[in-house]
This record gives sequence, C-alpha cells and structure tokens, in this order.
Amino acid sequence: MSEGPVVVVGASLAGLRAVESARKTGYAGRLLLVGAEEHLPYDRPPLSKAFLDPGEDPAVPHHRTEEELRALDVELRLGVPATSLDTDAREIVLGGDEQLRYDRLVIATGARARQLPGEQLDGVHTLRTVEDARSIRRALDGGCRMVVVGGGFIGSEVASAARKRDVDVTILEAAPLPLVRAVGEQMAAACADLHARNGTELRCGVSVTGLEGEDCVEGVALSDGSILPADLVVVGIGADPVTDWLTDSGLQVEDGVVCDETLRAAPEVYAAGDVARWHNPLFGRMMRLEHWTSAAEQGAAAARNALAPAEATPYSTVPYFWSDWYSDKLQMVGITAADEVTVIGDLDDTRWLALYRQEDLLVGALALNMPGKIMKYRAMIGRGSAWQDALAFAGR
Amino acid sequence: MRIVLDENKCSSLGMCESVAPDFFEVGDDGALKLLNPTPPGGRRALMEEAVAACPTSALSIEE
Repeated sequence: MSEGPVVVVGASLAGLRAVESARKTGYAGRLLLVGAEEHLPYDRPPLSKAFLDPGEDPAVPHHRTEEELRALDVELRLGVPATSLDTDAREIVLGGDEQLRYDRLVIATGARARQLPGEQLDGVHTLRTVEDARSIRRALDGGCRMVVVGGGFIGSEVASAARKRDVDVTILEAAPLPLVRAVGEQMAAACADLHARNGTELRCGVSVTGLEGEDCVEGVALSDGSILPADLVVVGIGADPVTDWLTDSGLQVEDGVVCDETLRAAPEVYAAGDVARWHNPLFGRMMRLEHWTSAAEQGAAAARNALAPAEATPYSTVPYFWSDWYSDKLQMVGITAADEVTVIGDLDDTRWLALYRQEDLLVGALALNMPGKIMKYRAMIGRGSAWQDALAFAGR
Repeated sequence: MRIVLDENKCSSLGMCESVAPDFFEVGDDGALKLLNPTPPGGRRALMEEAVAACPTSALSIEE
C-alpha cells in the first residue's frame, strides 16, 4: 500500500470517484483533490437539461457537500489548475508556481468545450460549466433569438430547453447530417428528424464563417453568404481533452492521455474520464469516452489500480450514454461501427429501437423512448451475444 | 438491508439494472421495479455498486 500522497487532478465526477475509491480500498494516507474550477464536484448532465428549465434559478448540482468530502479526509485544492507534470520527480505544479509531490497520481482533467475561432462576443456561449449554464439560462429568461452551432447532443439538448420556453431556435450543422459519429449514418437522420417534429429548424451542410456584432452578438454569418440574426449563440462543436499541462510530462498524449487496459499511463500515473484514451478489452480497441458512467467507473478503477498496481484489473465497458430531447429519451449502448443496422419498429413512431451488427455479433443498440429494453441489449453486448439472438430477443 | 428508491429522482436510465439485473428492472413504461427490495447481506457490495452507478442518486440503502 502506498505511503502517499495520492493526488487526483480534476475535481469532477471521475476525480470524485477516484478519491472515494481510494478510501474504500483502505488507503489512509494523504489524499488531495485538485480542481481548476472553484466549485465542489458537481454533476454536468443536468446543465444542458433540467438546469435550463424555466423557474427559479437552480442550485449548483453538487455531488457531495464539503462536509462529506472532509469526512473522507480529502484535502481540497479547488480553483487551482495543474500546470505541469514531471513524472521523473513525481511532482505536479499547481497554478504555475506551487510544487506538489505525489506517490500516486490520477489524471482526471476532463475536456474543454471547443470555441469558434475569432474574438469572443457577449451572448456567445459554450456549455460545459455551471457558469456557462447560468449565462444561457439568463439569456433564455430574457427571451431571445437563438442559434445553436453544432447539431450534437449538447446543441440538441439546449435547443430542446429553448423550445420548452417557446424560444425559436435554429441549429446549424456543418456536416450533411448531425451525430453521424455518435449513432452512425443510418440513425443520424432519424434523430435529426426529432428536431423538425418539435419545431426546431435544423440546417445541415452550412458552416459559420463569422459572428456579427460590436460587443454583443447580433448575427451569425454563414458559408452560404446569409446572415442569421441572433442574440444568443450556443456553440456545441465538441470538446477536447485537457492535456495542455502534460506537454513536457513524457506521457503519451494523442487525443487524450494514452493508457493501457488498466488505465495506467506511466508508472504510478493513471487516468480516468473524458481525458483518458484507454484500451477497452471488450472491443479490443482504444477508446476515449465522454460519458457519465465511464467517467464514474474509470475514476474508481484508476484509483484502485494506482494503489495496488500488482493486482490491477482491466477496465472494460459497453459504452452507454443518454440524451433528453424535448419529451423524448435517446439511449445508446455499445459502438456504431457496424456492418448492418436493423430498425425494430417504425422510425416515424414515438418509440423505436435500432440494433447494430458487426460480423455475427450484436455491438450496439440505440433506443428512442424504450428505457425498458436498452439495458438488456447492453448486457447482451457485454456477453458477446450473437446477432441472431439479439434479433430473436427483439421478436424478429 | 433495504433498497430505497426515490421515484422523483429516478429517470429510468437503467444503470442499476445493468449492474444487478436480478434486483432491478426498468419496465417498458419506464418505471423502475425493485425485484427484491431486501437483498441478503451477502449482496451488499453489489448493492453498493448499483447505488453508486445511479446517475441521478435515486437509490439508497437503509439498514
């Protein structure tokens, strides 16, 4: 067992689960949780969902109170970003000038929302932090002409929130269809159709060439030469793993911190959550996920493995994410790299299921408003179930 | 030990079912069914895992 200190960098879900897991394994030494944001760990999925609902300003959706974290004897260093890592000296630097030695390190610095290039104008927001969500709430409360840049999950959820308030919203998507990487080409069209059903305009194949306005945004200039008037622009064009502080660390960084199947990046250094690219043995490939469940599970696994490397166990998972659009729930399990996608039900209906086949195996499932089925398919994917068995279970 | 479900918090995401399908099941109507609300003591670790897996903190364990 380590003498410590154990340092966890990143105070969101993965980092929180890492410190909780460290204590659960019996580690009693010094334990630090470092976070760039000043907040206690809070839950991000609600920020693009219930947090934007009309009504009273909601509280920050903290995972734990400060007392609960103190009870775990966790030293909190919040509002201070880690700025560098020296794996030879086993030392990180906080805020550019404070050195902190570690015996074991868990990197859980997450991802940062991508911005549009150029100068930032008022009224233009990404959505990653609680401050971002509050700004968007305020703009929605004031009534506005809203444009969402990017037809991914964040953009679609924010558009849903706007429609709940009867705010007109246009989603701009640079690709011919949104969500192709997330759900595959065939199902992307069915998901996109949900916007039209709910009165949101989705314009595909058009990119943003600039923003109009002096201090505040007044419009969005498009690649077709037109200008779309807007006083609220939400940019949801993806997120990049926060690895800039690792440039001179000697760690392998390629769209995330590259880890083995036990989430180990280097001796005594492990990674978890959105920042980790690890080998998922279940699918035999490298993956970097930006999902709630994998962040939570990886955080716990990374700390456990960091503290007992000789008994380290691989982390494998069937990826799972969900998204709330209007009054609909989308749930996806597994992967979308498929030879065939079979739809069970009618895509014009309010509920349907799509199954993804690779060779003779079930590898993925996407469901609209079928919460009772999706986890059964997740279990089947985890077991390596045959395609024919999945079809039979679906009644085919 | 008794499993307590807060129906106001549950949003049928199904992680509990994924962790412990013998104890939790999301129905076709989206409502979560507790298949055995008083699990035997030997299943405590599994129940703790299911509780921790819930993205909306809808589950808890009462002694």
